[in-house]
Amino acid sequence: MSYRFDKVQTVQEDLGKVEYLADDGIAGIVYLGDRLQKPILVEGPAGTGKTQLAKSVAEMTGSRLIRLQCYEGLDESKALYEWNYKKQLLRIQAERNSEDSGTWEDLEEDIFSDEFLLTRPLLEAIRSEDPVVLLIDEVDRVEIETEALLLEILSDYQVSIPELGTVEARQIPLVFLTSNNTRELSEALKRRCLFLHIDYPDLEREREIILTKVPDINQNLGDQIARVVRTIRELELKKAPSVSETLDWARTLVHLGVEHIDAKTATETVNILLKYRSDIEKAVKEFSTDEELNSEEE
Amino acid sequence: MTDAAHLEEHSPLLELLNGFIVELREAGLPVSLTENLDAVEAVKHIPIDDRETFKYALAATLVKNHAHWRAFETVFEVYFSLRGKEYELQDGEWDGDKTDFEMSDDNQSGQMPGQGGGQEGLTQEQLAEMLFQALAKMDQNMMRAVARQAVQRFAGMEPGRPVGGTYYLYRTLRNLDLDGVLQRLLEQDQNTVDTSDVLEERLRKDEYEHRIEQLKKEIEAEIRRRLVADRGVEAMAKTLRKPLPEDVDFMHASREEMVSLRRAIWPLTRKLAVRLARKRRHGRKGPLDFKRTVRQSLSYGGVPADPKFKYPKPSKPEIMVIADISGSVAAFARFTLHLVYALNNQFSKVRSFVFIDGLDEVTNYFEGVDDITEAIHRVNTEADVIWVDGHSDYGHAFEVFDERYGKDVGPKTTVMILGDARNNYHASQSWVIKEIEDKARKVFWLNPEPRSYWDTGDSIVSEYSDHCNGIFEVRNLKQLEAFVENLV
Repeated sequence: MSYRFDKVQTVQEDLGKVEYLADDGIAGIVYLGDRLQKPILVEGPAGTGKTQLAKSVAEMTGSRLIRLQCYEGLDESKALYEWNYKKQLLRIQAERNSEDSGTWEDLEEDIFSDEFLLTRPLLEAIRSEDPVVLLIDEVDRVEIETEALLLEILSDYQVSIPELGTVEARQIPLVFLTSNNTRELSEALKRRCLFLHIDYPDLEREREIILTKVPDINQNLGDQIARVVRTIRELELKKAPSVSETLDWARTLVHLGVEHIDAKTATETVNILLKYRSDIEKAVKEFSTDEELNSEEE
Repeated sequence: MTDAAHLEEHSPLLELLNGFIVELREAGLPVSLTENLDAVEAVKHIPIDDRETFKYALAATLVKNHAHWRAFETVFEVYFSLRGKEYELQDGEWDGDKTDFEMSDDNQSGQMPGQGGGQEGLTQEQLAEMLFQALAKMDQNMMRAVARQAVQRFAGMEPGRPVGGTYYLYRTLRNLDLDGVLQRLLEQDQNTVDTSDVLEERLRKDEYEHRIEQLKKEIEAEIRRRLVADRGVEAMAKTLRKPLPEDVDFMHASREEMVSLRRAIWPLTRKLAVRLARKRRHGRKGPLDFKRTVRQSLSYGGVPADPKFKYPKPSKPEIMVIADISGSVAAFARFTLHLVYALNNQFSKVRSFVFIDGLDEVTNYFEGVDDITEAIHRVNTEADVIWVDGHSDYGHAFEVFDERYGKDVGPKTTVMILGDARNNYHASQSWVIKEIEDKARKVFWLNPEPRSYWDTGDSIVSEYSDHCNGIFEVRNLKQLEAFVENLV
């Protein structure tokens, strides 16, 4: 069995090359996911790059990304496979009209063959010849009963189709599941996965992310943005700014030609970082002293 | 550590790992056998020397709930972190035996990184200066050295003394005057950089506060390191055990715990909303939808191959929350109000009432308010909940409810009553609850007291609960969650 990565460092560096800055934890767990051949369950606040991680890993390894977006009411026919009824019906009808109709057994064998199978993302992922990264996005949106659909593929990398038998993986895909934690996932699912919690990045990493993703930014501004965002995240807010919002803010400031953020610029542009009125008010209050408010009134 | 050592059956690492997992289980983390095996497998691939990655690798296999991260981190620190190169003590000390404390002191001052052994003679002023420099330059090694010195000098640790780490931490910090240092750092900045901007000033302050936090962590780690050396790993891990967030008792939560509880309650109400909504949408199928079935059948040549059904009409749940906010359940009440507020954001029809011996509707205090603290403040100051003396009187409160709002309770209403039912020996007026139950869809009572206290003293839970559809002991998040799960 060959592994995708030799060292944790390689993972970290290669992810860096595709502009995903991973910390020790992220890189380590991606590495481990490959070594132990276990799916990785990624959890954390919205906008911290959970989905992006899977995309970046796919890009880094040159694999095809197959994505299954979960939603309430997702079922077998959307996630695993489905028989192509219409084609089967046509086949039966064609059989009836033709002169030399074969036995029922022949027909049955025929209509339940590969030709009439519609593969859906999960089956697609394990039948693929090329390396694949499988992303099961927002897995917490499916009902707990539906989770069971995933279990077989997650632990054994195979899918059982009653009419065809068991389809085993041609290669072991790297699997990422993301969750926004709107509900507790079942023990069975968690047990099969490695667990990775991606939180907001720390100051250094966030600064790095800003500098990588916003090319025209100068060092000082990047540093300042990271620090302002850290301060804002420490306030008790309804919704703390995510990494993508930080980046939006950075881009805006660059467009506006801001070199250095002062209280005034911060107050004027903070609505890009924060989406709730009360949060904005709170942040603005933090950034200005009473004296300043008074002087503005004068 | 080499690969060979990893793979040995009885390698010291595996034994250590076993002890570690046993301790995690003792601390209440659910570690299954599969996860245990995964961890053993994982450490074969990640060397222990790469401590950060090693830690994440263990966490990824063993901890599947982010709320347990802190508990994990503490145990990890005791078992693994304190064995890094910079913490290394003499051989043999890791047998868990008590060792000569003085001796270990000598050892580590000899290997202080970059500092040599020249610190024994540091005066208090010199140490303070070193502290200042370490914080100003954010020098990790220097910070660690300062932490060691400070602990050695101020904590007054003695081997075998049955005192917890917090006591030593307090003693050390008291002598360091960190507020003064912060002040000095800020003043120094005023001389060197332009700090005319409020924002910049604020950012600097935050930065220094972060550094000081880090120093505190170093000091804490240093104290733990010494305690581990003194008492042994298992004993230390045991003293550091704290209840997991979901097990913290609402009534006796510390301020810090309260904050994390408040955070935890959001996802919980979302879960509640999702569960109720799902039940509504994906319940049993409705009757056959003839029109759609016929339309669908056209693509199969008129064979109704795929019958379509109507969705059942969604019923919109109405929730009425009646909460006791008297002194005896004060801590719980604050929490309750957070719950009510969160519910308000999830359901369109929530009406909330609070009472002590009088009762008042507070629904509109929560409406359109973004700031929960403000809403709670208004509830506590403006709501008219005192009738005579401000001691709980469930009976009277319920009477008022029945009189004023009883007619609003209908077959779609779910009523939730939160309180300890300590009625100060007033009349129970439990007929009100019976009447509500007759009209409402469901009546639930959540009691923050342990079950064994119910119906003792002036508690009259069972007089009411006879008329409720369910009565639940809800003392911690786990129980609240269980309640939410069972609700539908």
